[in-house]
Amino acid sequence: MKLSIILFFLPWMLRIQSLMHKKFRERLKEKNLIVQMKVTDDSVGRFYIFQNGKIISKSGIHSDPDVCIMFKTEKIGFDLLMPPVNYQTRIDAIKNFNLMMEGPDELTSWFSETVMMSQTNHWKYGTPVENGEIRYVNNTNGGPVYVYVKNGKIIRMTPINFSDDDGETWTVKARGKEFSPPRKTTISPHGLASKSLVYSKDRNLYPMKRVDFDPNGDRNQQNRGISGYERISWDEALDIVESEIKRMNRSYGPGAILAARSSHHTWGNVGYYISAYQKFTNIIGATTTMLNPDSWEGWYWGAMHHYGHSMRNGAAEIYGQVEDCLQEAEMIVFWSSDPEVTNGVYGSFEGTVRRQWAKELGIEMIHIDPFFNETAAFLGGKWIAPRPTTSPALAQAITHVWIKEELYDSEYVERCTTGFKKWAAYILGEDEEGIERTPEWAEEETGVPSREIRALARKWAAKKTYLSAGGMGTTLGGACRSATGAQWARSMICLMAMQGLGKPGINFGGLQFGSPIDYNFYFPGYAEGGFSGDSMNSASGVSLYQRMPHLLSMNPTQQTIPRLKMPEAIMEGEAEGYPIDIRSIEGQFFPVKYPSPGHSSVKMMYKYGSSYIGTQPDSNRYIKMYQTDDLEFVVNQSIWNEGEVKFADVILPACTNFERSDIGEWANPGGYGYDWVGQLNHRVIGIQHKCIEPLGESKSDYQIFHDICARLGHSAYFTEGHREIDWVKRLFDASDLPSGISWKKFCKKGYYVVPAEKEKSRPPVSYKWFADGKKKNVPEPQPLPGSYGENFLDGLQTQSGKIEFESQSLKRYGKDPERPPLNIYIPSWEGTHTSDLYKKYPLQLVSPHSRYSFHTKGDGKDSSVNDIKDHRINIDGYAYWIVRISTQDAEVRNVKDNDLVKLFNDRGAVICAAQLTERLSPGIIHCRQASAVYEPIGKPGESADRGGCINLLTPKRTQSLKTHSAAYNSCLIEIEKWDGKGIFNTNTAKKETMSTK
Amino acid sequence: MKKWNLIIDIAKCHNSNNCFLSVADEYIGNDHKGYSASMPLHGHHWFNIHRKERGQAPMVDLNYLSTTCNHCDDAPCIKAAKNEAVIKREDGIVIIDPEKSKGQKQIVDACPYDSVWWNEEKNIPQAWTFDAHLLDSGWSEPRCASTCPTGAIKAVKIEDSEMTQKVIDEELQVLQPKLKTKPRVYYKNLDLITKCFIGGTTVTTDNGVEECAVNASVLLYKDGEKISETNSDDFGDFKFDGLEPDSGNYELEILYQNNDAQKKSVNLKDSEYLGLINV
Repeated sequence: MKLSIILFFLPWMLRIQSLMHKKFRERLKEKNLIVQMKVTDDSVGRFYIFQNGKIISKSGIHSDPDVCIMFKTEKIGFDLLMPPVNYQTRIDAIKNFNLMMEGPDELTSWFSETVMMSQTNHWKYGTPVENGEIRYVNNTNGGPVYVYVKNGKIIRMTPINFSDDDGETWTVKARGKEFSPPRKTTISPHGLASKSLVYSKDRNLYPMKRVDFDPNGDRNQQNRGISGYERISWDEALDIVESEIKRMNRSYGPGAILAARSSHHTWGNVGYYISAYQKFTNIIGATTTMLNPDSWEGWYWGAMHHYGHSMRNGAAEIYGQVEDCLQEAEMIVFWSSDPEVTNGVYGSFEGTVRRQWAKELGIEMIHIDPFFNETAAFLGGKWIAPRPTTSPALAQAITHVWIKEELYDSEYVERCTTGFKKWAAYILGEDEEGIERTPEWAEEETGVPSREIRALARKWAAKKTYLSAGGMGTTLGGACRSATGAQWARSMICLMAMQGLGKPGINFGGLQFGSPIDYNFYFPGYAEGGFSGDSMNSASGVSLYQRMPHLLSMNPTQQTIPRLKMPEAIMEGEAEGYPIDIRSIEGQFFPVKYPSPGHSSVKMMYKYGSSYIGTQPDSNRYIKMYQTDDLEFVVNQSIWNEGEVKFADVILPACTNFERSDIGEWANPGGYGYDWVGQLNHRVIGIQHKCIEPLGESKSDYQIFHDICARLGHSAYFTEGHREIDWVKRLFDASDLPSGISWKKFCKKGYYVVPAEKEKSRPPVSYKWFADGKKKNVPEPQPLPGSYGENFLDGLQTQSGKIEFESQSLKRYGKDPERPPLNIYIPSWEGTHTSDLYKKYPLQLVSPHSRYSFHTKGDGKDSSVNDIKDHRINIDGYAYWIVRISTQDAEVRNVKDNDLVKLFNDRGAVICAAQLTERLSPGIIHCRQASAVYEPIGKPGESADRGGCINLLTPKRTQSLKTHSAAYNSCLIEIEKWDGKGIFNTNTAKKETMSTK
Repeated sequence: MKKWNLIIDIAKCHNSNNCFLSVADEYIGNDHKGYSASMPLHGHHWFNIHRKERGQAPMVDLNYLSTTCNHCDDAPCIKAAKNEAVIKREDGIVIIDPEKSKGQKQIVDACPYDSVWWNEEKNIPQAWTFDAHLLDSGWSEPRCASTCPTGAIKAVKIEDSEMTQKVIDEELQVLQPKLKTKPRVYYKNLDLITKCFIGGTTVTTDNGVEECAVNASVLLYKDGEKISETNSDDFGDFKFDGLEPDSGNYELEILYQNNDAQKKSVNLKDSEYLGLINV
């Protein structure tokens, strides 16, 4: 067959589609243009005249086509156009300049996407159900959902009940019983409230401009957060964004544009920030935001130095623990661990039923937390309540008992660890400091009675014990997010090293991870980058890039700002941080300085979303940052008008994931979240149907970036001629899905359940290989081969290959006095030891993750979540954030239930509704973080907030100065009844007493 | 005739609020003709979750009582309604007709469980319909049951005689049985809300070091009669649960090894943690 014949048939294919599909017919009427397709040397060619929906096709070369597509040779043209499309061949042709396209972006992308559309017109989505409703499928940060739609409106969203033809469910046999989870998905509250978020009155529905922002005149930066907005057209909005991007690069050079984002996004591999946003920011060349490992902190900066696992940010292996725990364990210690609230990450309530089984089996539970948390209330068991930040001291006293009473696995310690002698000497006070870390010493520090510490230590040693350190088993947990966060996480490793980590029934976990599912079925996690092709800053290169040939992208601007120091970088012009570089334990030691050599300082901010005021420490800083003249332009692309969106000059309205096409697997991030699907009882991979049209004039992120790229001539590079649904199909084909379900069925039904792993081929239990002295055999491709000191798969990632009580990596580093090689106890730099400050602010604030919202997602926005009585309290028509106060602390302050109170320190003030409780000891205040609502009662940045942004009060200091880590839970405050005023003015506050480093 | 009943297990409820949110999702913005008009965006709790803390730090527990329309067989709201605005279906479900009930605020006042809500804007009383519109479309259970992550809420459609047996077998209770409204919403482990406990911690001294007194024998007396006994656990903690609030004086006797018995008196108002008891 010849190229000329294919070119002849191409318009016929389009004409037939036009006859069959009305939508496509309309599409063809959108543009009039002439498209030439030819061999570069003009030897073969045909051009098509698109006019009023008709196509005239003529052989030959047109003298002045609007779009010209050229193939280097006739054979290349033939190979590329002959269906089915071979994307590897196509990408190779593009990369080698064998396939070229010329013409204005508007027309080239229209033509490419029209051709793609002609292939997909017959795809049918969703399942018709009763009452004229169509049932679609989508996914949220809290679980997959059925979405019932009627007449273009979402009626309801529910979890998915599996049918008989869905993949089978596993069974675990333990102690004579058989356990099998329900055949359905579970859902988190913030996922279940999604409909109310879609139809929120706080949606950004139209592009907006701040009224006193004039890009050609006075910009009035000082009025950000104060002045109002006016509606503008998309053209006007994009004109400003386009001209500002160009102005930045021409006036200041690389680095002037900061792309700033948060840690999460709405679900879906195409629309996720590591996909669309990252490709876009690579295209415009932007200073990036360097995230801190925000819920990991102590594990990343501390724990990994004792046992490795850098590629999991310092978290432990996560295989086989569900069966082992249910079969072997006699006790689970939950330490700063509230999985019923934090649900792993994206894990809905999947672990809940497994913890219920553990309770049914009589496995004892201990809960160590300053707050009597929901998991403790649900499962029962002893509650032990150390003061915030003092858990490392409690761990040391347990160690003391174990050593003194010889209650540890000395054979394991001898064989599998190093440095124990030195550690024991420290614990026994036989070192220079000379303090014996007895239960009595710890009682004074922690408030936990010494007799309880002894009882706990003995019980722990006598029973085969799982340690659920943090909500995921390792990682998360408020204790890792304080000044002593790294110390705490380090001490968790040292404790388990003494009890034989990896022996039957002795492991990390709280039944949140390690369920016996199929881990080998491939579907990319979102961190594999979607279509970004970002080989540097995503996990694309691991699997996805080979499976889905697409274009690479890379950011030419080598400047980044540590997120925790963004205000200092912008306002003071300098900042330093340390990276998340997971290739090695040592990756975190490389200081990152802003500004980068030869780069411009930041002058413009492209902000994606709006969570900083609610989630970043000492967040009045961010407000001042927004109001500085140094930031000449701020554009915010966001779904809802909340938080710092109100500080932008131009607002671009993005739509939700229910209004665009995508694909994704429940709880599968990939990257450092490798195999997190092990949280689930069933792997569920779903298409994310476009359930309704975008509301108002909102657009998908993909479309917004596409439109900006079109103005810069980059749209073909951004999209590769694909629409979102085309990328969905590409990802489907790149995964193992085609082996389990046809595309046609997947489009209609919407999801696929990966059948459970057979009993005999389930992954082995984590660390069993280590305890048995064998080669590593769990299915994780980490650490990197070069990290095994001797033989491949022999030992851990540490220098010794063993668990190191004295960390060799910290010893080699040697530059961090706050992280010495031995995990000695250094009290928090803000807390009961900082006596002047403690006298002034005698209450210790703990601010763990919120329960009903996922960070700021789900909170505010007029959603149904706000009516949850344990989330916000409605007082006089305003939904206030809740602060929990012990009855004693409330009594001395004359505070009653549901009183409005002011929480304050030198950093700021927040108005909350008081909930009196016995779930706290006196002196400790509990207030969840991540309010989406920032509503200052006076001048922004200088007055109390009644939205509930508790992070206005938390310290900006990093845990240790040589890390990039937040320490939210080292925070002293005072509380008083709100007098209705509560103006907080940082100018008059005495700041010197608070830690400012 | 099989009828619907709802069973809520207090011991399993952990306040996910998925029942509340399912109802919000199903009824806000949706008119289900013949069953219910749409629910207001804010302010209504057709599933209303009450937090119940018992005891004092460090011995506390925490449970949740979710209340909703009881779909009573002898419903006060039906009696209070005019022109048959509230009806009892054959399957046991009580429906407040969104048209006929207009202006009838007395229907709200008639409910002794505070489970009927007044919709100010629409001028109608509203309550949870058991998702009758979904059940009539073939759904197998209401949404509160299918989204409950702990299995605390179960909906069963059985003969009344079977339900009567179930109540006995599973020790189910209804709210305020004295009202005799015959609710179709039953609770398991309701004592966790309505009853209270006496708890304490036994300690001893061993060579001058304070230790938890493990396995101390603790006896509970009421009016001179032993009514219960238990042993302290590995932390020295003990607890007598299921006691009536405001039930007067109790005596405790604590025996540890061969030491002299320790005695304690309690005038029980509400759950009480006695603190440390040196044995």
